[in-house]
Amino acid sequence: MPDAPGLELIRGEIEAEHPGAVLDTGFSQERAVLSIDPAHVLAVLSLLRDAPGQGYRFLSSLHAADYLPAEPRFAVHYELLNRDRVERIRVKALLDDPAANGNEKALPEIDSCVEMFPTAEFQEREVFDFFGIVFNGHPDLRRILMPEDYVGWPQRRDFPVGGEPVTFTYNEKNYG
Amino acid sequence: MRERQLRARDMLRGDLEGEELERYVEEKVVMTNFEKMLGWARSNSIFPLTFGLACCAIEAPISIVTARYDLARFGAEALRASPRQADMIILSGRVSIKMAPVVRRLYDQMLEPKWAISMGACSSSGGMFSNYAVVQGADKFMPIDLHIPGCPPRPEAVLYGFTKLQRKIQGNPDQGWRARYRAEGSEEWARGGPRSAPSGEAAEAYSAARELLRA
Repeated sequence: MPDAPGLELIRGEIEAEHPGAVLDTGFSQERAVLSIDPAHVLAVLSLLRDAPGQGYRFLSSLHAADYLPAEPRFAVHYELLNRDRVERIRVKALLDDPAANGNEKALPEIDSCVEMFPTAEFQEREVFDFFGIVFNGHPDLRRILMPEDYVGWPQRRDFPVGGEPVTFTYNEKNYG
Repeated sequence: MRERQLRARDMLRGDLEGEELERYVEEKVVMTNFEKMLGWARSNSIFPLTFGLACCAIEAPISIVTARYDLARFGAEALRASPRQADMIILSGRVSIKMAPVVRRLYDQMLEPKWAISMGACSSSGGMFSNYAVVQGADKFMPIDLHIPGCPPRPEAVLYGFTKLQRKIQGNPDQGWRARYRAEGSEEWARGGPRSAPSGEAAEAYSAARELLRA
């Protein structure tokens, strides 16, 4: 894990080439975090992967999170690993929810990094499956775990938990 | 014992007569009807399907056929790997909504008569998985003859449920579930049986679907 000055150096290097790409830096859950603008996600990832002195060549995980009351609502997390120095860094692409602006069917979009990290193919499909985040340029963006005809994005925080309403009138009368 | 052996020898030689012969026949012959005999035979020669869904599979199809619990005592030790040869299915575990059509298809492929046991809390009611991925009770998509509670049930509980199922098979073979679930016509029989040709309705739906696919 890069320490705080190291993280600022990485930020400076990115900012020099892509001004405005990095929104924030920080440390959370024992991991250095770079919060970035989703428009620059491929540029930032390729810089971290290929620039001399960086060498984060291994994408150990790609996942998403829904921070519902917060703005921006979604974040796609890229966990990168430098296997020479055994250093990890988290890149967090913050995504607004386009459905909040009235268009209910609109889905958040971000560029796919499958060209850069082939392992991301299934993980991006999983993120699409559960959060409805569209990865532009993905070769085969379909649902991967839920049935093909499933409607909805079940890991979003506004998705109902499920289960069954209680149908016993006794319970309804006394506790309902 | 010796006395009975001697009596049987006398009977075979034709030496038994009159009241003694009457008593002998009363002791040796059981009167019943064909339905009861058929139910008795079916209940004691059940072929379960080799099939497991989740953690309950460790208790049901795996544990109860071992020497300690020994399902062979009840005549059901021949687990079949094909649903066409099986006549009982144990739903051992939670059924996810993606698995439900597969389970239903397996059940439909089994030959009549057939029985289904829903084992454990998950397959009976969804259990602790009250979420988007799990069917809240397997009887939402197929008929279940018997529910065994537990999480997971002990193998003894599964065997107790199994003997209950045997009693059910002997007592009342037709539960009328096809009428309840409007499932007349979904039976599958061996080749040459009354339903070996697809029903007209199914054939029409099938050809319509094929045309849609081609278009």
